[in-house]
Amino acid sequence: MITALLVMIGISLALGAVLGFSAIKFKVEGNPLVEKIDAVLPQTQCGQCGYPGCKPYAEAIAKGEADINKCPPGGEEGIRKLADLLGVDYKPFGEGAAPKAKAVAFIDEQTCIGCTLCLQACPVDAIAGAAKQMHTIIASECTGCELCVEPCPVDCISMKLIPEDISNWKWPYPVYALTPVRNEARKVEAS
Amino acid sequence: MRTLFRFHGGIHPDEHKLESSESPARRAPLAKKLVLPLHQHIGNGAKVAVQVGDRVLKGQMLAGAQGMISAAIHAPTSGTVTAVAPHPVPHPSRLGGLCIHLESDGEDRWIALAPLDFHAMPKSELLGKLRDAGIVGLGGATFPTHVKYGLAPGQRIDTLVINGAECEPWITTDDRLMREHAEGIVRGIEVLRHLSGAAEVLVGIEDNKPQAIAAMRAACAAAPIEVVVVPTLYPSGGEKQLIRILTGKEVPSGGRPTNIGVACNNVATAYAIHRFVDHGEPMISRQVTVTGNVRVPQNIEVLIGTPLAEVVACAEALPGTSGYILGGPMMGLHVDDLHLPMVKSANCIIAKSGQLFPPPPPAMPCIRCTRCAQACPADLQPQDLYWFAKSNNFGKTQEFHLFDCIECGACAYVCPSHIPLVQYFRFAKSEIWQREREAQSAEVARERHEFRQFRIEREKQEKAERLAQKEKAALAAKPAVPAPLPVAADPNADPDNTLQMRVDADIARANMQMRIDAAVARAKEQAAIVQPKNTDDLTPHQQAEITEIETRRAKLREIASHAGADDEPSKSN
Ligand code: SF4
Ligand code: SF4
Ligand code: SF4
Ligand code: SF4
Repeated sequence: MITALLVMIGISLALGAVLGFSAIKFKVEGNPLVEKIDAVLPQTQCGQCGYPGCKPYAEAIAKGEADINKCPPGGEEGIRKLADLLGVDYKPFGEGAAPKAKAVAFIDEQTCIGCTLCLQACPVDAIAGAAKQMHTIIASECTGCELCVEPCPVDCISMKLIPEDISNWKWPYPVYALTPVRNEARKVEAS
Repeated sequence: MRTLFRFHGGIHPDEHKLESSESPARRAPLAKKLVLPLHQHIGNGAKVAVQVGDRVLKGQMLAGAQGMISAAIHAPTSGTVTAVAPHPVPHPSRLGGLCIHLESDGEDRWIALAPLDFHAMPKSELLGKLRDAGIVGLGGATFPTHVKYGLAPGQRIDTLVINGAECEPWITTDDRLMREHAEGIVRGIEVLRHLSGAAEVLVGIEDNKPQAIAAMRAACAAAPIEVVVVPTLYPSGGEKQLIRILTGKEVPSGGRPTNIGVACNNVATAYAIHRFVDHGEPMISRQVTVTGNVRVPQNIEVLIGTPLAEVVACAEALPGTSGYILGGPMMGLHVDDLHLPMVKSANCIIAKSGQLFPPPPPAMPCIRCTRCAQACPADLQPQDLYWFAKSNNFGKTQEFHLFDCIECGACAYVCPSHIPLVQYFRFAKSEIWQREREAQSAEVARERHEFRQFRIEREKQEKAERLAQKEKAALAAKPAVPAPLPVAADPNADPDNTLQMRVDADIARANMQMRIDAAVARAKEQAAIVQPKNTDDLTPHQQAEITEIETRRAKLREIASHAGADDEPSKSN
């Protein structure tokens, strides 16, 4: 009886030691779920979700503090992906949180006074310039987050929609009527 | 006799080749105005190398290759560049693309032409010349030829396949070209053989073109080139399918023929290479079949950039024409009008009429008969792909090898429910590309955002360090600097002594000045620290963009200063 107890205790101690060791040895840096959620978010870094960037929002979702339908730039597709990832139900956008068409910021270079305020606001360093020099958006890096629009004291930043051209055009979803013939036949019968 | 292999599936649509294949090819008259799209090939559009108003000669380069995969565009005739502006181009989006507009002077004067001794130059130089001659694959995909033969180290080509199958109904340009210019094609094949280093050269021609086969056999008699007759079966002219028929090798999913030691080019491309190497002529024209609902179906040699309306006029469209197909009926682009220029990819123009091309019957639900899967030359399951594409389940379509679909239309051709399957596949492909683009830019944004946060943190630390250092330095330096002079230092001094008071005041003022100077210096240093530095670590591309913007600004400023001189008075009153 005592031996059995000692053996059991011995085993549990050994296993506990192994577990404890592996917990230290194979420690995962950061929360893998946060990384996964962050990978789904569009990285616009606009803060429209109410968090100061995509990563904080990802953290909030991982903790269960935030809903999955708070990111307008991600679109409905983004919500679907989050729902898939987290195994929860799809949730449509709330009031006034509809996604907008993609745009990039544009600085009116004639009006810019070189105050560097927009530059400090831009989360992805997509604005080039220095104090008292005119600033310019590097359009290829701009995520369209609109964070630079508000701080500008002379209102010289506007958002310009990205026009559709051959390089970003998409084939439309095929639209055709299913069996309109029968409908017509029915109409004829009815009349 | 060579053993041939079979590819999976395939169909036998009505051929309609005899209409246009029996009359010799002729030349289209010179157009007054030509429009040359910059994007006529797979890859990057060409970069404009001329200015509006320039007079150019026939064959002069108008736009150069830009980036890895690109090819040059040349003036098809002599004349004046009138504009570089958007113009409708043959593209399913019906959107415009940037084009060079050329007004011909009617003289058709060539640049100085010289043949090329391709054996004497290193391969890399020859490839560069092909790029600058705008040579792209004329089989339909317009893949720049020089890219195909720019092999990675260790890659080898054993077999060169020359595609003369021309399997799509109605089209006969390769047929005519082989009948009339077999010698030239063989000259071009020699260049390709030299480039590829292939030991074996096979020319695949469908058995419905006996004259072309005879002509090619005669021309190849002296050369180590084998002309192979392949059975007529659509789409045997597909690159992967023809390679499979001739060599039995299967191009791996997502791979290129070069992965299995095979290169494939069209006969028309070989002919264009011959025109360049033996005559110095860059790619400025191509042969196109004009057929369908026209009075004289035929093949026409057309300068790139010629308005399609003028090309069709040569064959005289008949009344009842309801639209046109650019390319063949299986894979071509349906267009309503002809305000489009001739491009390098256009091998056929078909005038549609209700009789020849009745509107497709309405689509019905899929009954999962799998006839499409039996017909698919890529051995896919179109009914599953259709199901997933329809429900926007793009991940699944990729799992089912959507990107191996060559959009041949065989599945839609046999579908008893008349489902426009290829449209679904194109839709799914472009959605996936779009997502990939978005994912890439998100990745870039994430990196930039993280770098910015790192930079802010670093700057904060640096600032703190500098402050700490300065404080230390100030402490250490205290005795050395003229330390604040002791106020009321002399205990013996008479407190009422006015002289002493004046001295004290002077000392106090000096102390104050020192403090102000220090504050100014500190402020300056701080300003230097907070000065944003996001102009560091720029990529060359960004740098170029900034320089460009700077020059533009300089110009604007100049204009503004000129305009300002006139503007000012009127503004002030
Ligand atoms: S709303 Fe903006 S900041 Fe928030 S997750 Fe979406 S893109 Fe990122
Ligand atoms: S430039 Fe403006 S809109 Fe664009 S990413 Fe920066 S802050 Fe956002
Ligand atoms: S041929 Fe048409 S109906 Fe038959 S399985 Fe394929 S898609 Fe469905
Ligand atoms: S279009 Fe694609 S799926 Fe359909 S038969 Fe051709 S390769 Fe197969």
